[in-house]
Amino acid sequence: MYRYDDIDQRLVDERVAQFRDQTQRFLAGALSEDDFRQLRLRNGLYVQRYAPMLRIAIPYGLLSSRQLRKLAGIAQKYDRGYGHFSTRQNLQLNWPKLEEVPEILAELATVEMHAIQTSGNCVRNITADHFAGVARDEIVDSFVWCELVRQWSTFHPEFNYLPRKFKIAINGASVDRVATFVHDIGLHAVKNSADETGFRVIVGGGLGRTPIIGHVIREFLPWPQLLNYLDAILRVYNRYGRRDNLYKARIKILVKERGLEKFRAEVEAEWAHLKDGPATVTEEEIRRIEARFTRPRYEKLVDVDFPAAKTPFAAWMKRNVHPHQQPGYAVVTLSLKKTGVPPGDVTSEQMSRIAQLAEDYSFGELRVTHEQNLVFADVRQAELNSLWQALRELGLATPNIGLLTNIIACPGGDFCSLANAKSIPVAEAIQRRFDDLDYLHDIGELDLNISGCMNACGHHHVGHIGILGVDKNGEEWYQIEIGGNQGETRPGVSAATKATPTALGKVIGPSFARADVPDVIERLIEIYLKRRDSEAERFVDVVRRLGIEPFKIGVYGNPDQRTTDRRRILAAA
Amino acid sequence: MATLIKERRIVEESSRPPELVLLQPSDDPAALVDRIGGIAAITAIAVNFPKFGDGGGYSIARLLRERYGYQGELRAVGEVARDHLHAMAQCGFNVFELRAGEDPEEALKGFGDFSEQYQATTAQPAPLFRRRAGP
Repeated sequence: MYRYDDIDQRLVDERVAQFRDQTQRFLAGALSEDDFRQLRLRNGLYVQRYAPMLRIAIPYGLLSSRQLRKLAGIAQKYDRGYGHFSTRQNLQLNWPKLEEVPEILAELATVEMHAIQTSGNCVRNITADHFAGVARDEIVDSFVWCELVRQWSTFHPEFNYLPRKFKIAINGASVDRVATFVHDIGLHAVKNSADETGFRVIVGGGLGRTPIIGHVIREFLPWPQLLNYLDAILRVYNRYGRRDNLYKARIKILVKERGLEKFRAEVEAEWAHLKDGPATVTEEEIRRIEARFTRPRYEKLVDVDFPAAKTPFAAWMKRNVHPHQQPGYAVVTLSLKKTGVPPGDVTSEQMSRIAQLAEDYSFGELRVTHEQNLVFADVRQAELNSLWQALRELGLATPNIGLLTNIIACPGGDFCSLANAKSIPVAEAIQRRFDDLDYLHDIGELDLNISGCMNACGHHHVGHIGILGVDKNGEEWYQIEIGGNQGETRPGVSAATKATPTALGKVIGPSFARADVPDVIERLIEIYLKRRDSEAERFVDVVRRLGIEPFKIGVYGNPDQRTTDRRRILAAA
Repeated sequence: MATLIKERRIVEESSRPPELVLLQPSDDPAALVDRIGGIAAITAIAVNFPKFGDGGGYSIARLLRERYGYQGELRAVGEVARDHLHAMAQCGFNVFELRAGEDPEEALKGFGDFSEQYQATTAQPAPLFRRRAGP
């Protein structure tokens, strides 16, 4: 954990006071609904379908046990005793009272937490690698850089009212666990030929209603220039990004409309002025931030030998336990994707128990992943079995990480006022259909993502299978895409395709009623299993190799059949 | 009549000074400098904030101050509310024409919303990390 110094703490406290005052002015009628909206959004407060929703920031997804206990307490005291971990690695409370939000923020501030810039047209929480600091393929510890950028983005006076929201992802490892190509800016740590550290800068990617794969704007940015270059990109965006049309306001549209070359020339021209200026990052600052992070005190251990077995523990080891830099340690993913539980939801009781387990097994810290799971980063291998048993009791040991039932889903029509359709019941119906573990493991790695509307909070465009809720004359229907890919998230898989693995899914055809969705998914899986070369060829690899046509035919029948069917339907009508 | 905050004091103004040049958030300050014949010839610039949530003017202000070395009056006009004042001052504005309905006494408090700033800004060119003492 990064530990606040006096100034970090003071700024968060001042933010609480500022928002308390703003809320009072709104309640007293001195601040209009519209103006207050801008201010409350910058403190994570939405007005949702049934109640306000508060999005609490978990900067780069890193949490301490103490903080998680506080979140458990807040969810208990001010909400209905549960919270929802989002794909933005934040925690959402769905039922707080508007007038109590300043109090909640004050409580959060006591554990170095806040809801700053979790919404609104400003720089949002930075997407980070949930294996930062422990991954074997690490180039830099990206948390240090995340904290640097967190400070830079917090209350940035020039960039607090951008044309639209702005999401930055930072990846410090060789594989990309943060989907750098679908962020407004993606930063990927790299080493140049002289072994100096820098960042590959990717710009203009994004999901939402106009999904676009980002472009590499700079292959190598020396690390001291990081903030200067971010200032340059943001300034070009703030000046030229469109404010006339909400749907064309993201930086991806600016890059598209101007063309990458023109946009790059503008950014580089701006950077030329800022380069080596006062915001140039210093070695001392990086050392200072590093020193303010708590570090696990690893013991000298040796790796434990786990013999292959066909046991539930072995299945969990295979899917939910990942290699660690330190001998004798392992990284563990706690699955928040148990069938019947909305993806990402955790009760206060579970939060308290998880906080205790993190203390007992993983130095009192944990991470939130953008796939809506939790990670214990520093578990002694010798204690894996006892941790597994404890997690099993809590329903957090479902061995499905990387598999079809590890579904990413937005809160959908059950909570969100933007949604066209529900997400959670669809996720559950699919999980129920694929409840046979052997079958699930045989299908292998598969990302299935569900969004309740085209805003794509459930990242459906980059799911190997993506499901999008659409509205047809007031009814909920579901469109299915295949072939999307967020990037290679796990080392060692399909290294051959590592070059540009990020892909957007293609729609297979007309949408389906909710009840039919599990059948369609099952059909897609049958076709995949029939067509794969080997177990190593994943669903998404087969789609890439064969295109969507065989899947289309499998689901809708061949084109001749389709015409016949249509005629029959028309005749019947 | 408009209420201004100038040098952190409340001032009533019957009409805007004639020499005041008005810029929109989409305007290019470089074009202004070219048109007028150098920044030294300009003594008062206003930057418009057409909406509460339109922040284009912040970049214009920083460019005028930091890139073109503009020293004169830099006035924020339009939807200027107390909640903006701290950031506007950081970006180099020194005159604030408050929108109708803002209580000027209350608005003055807005400058004190935050006592520190992480970033390099016009008002504080050294970012916090260059001013922080040790770990």
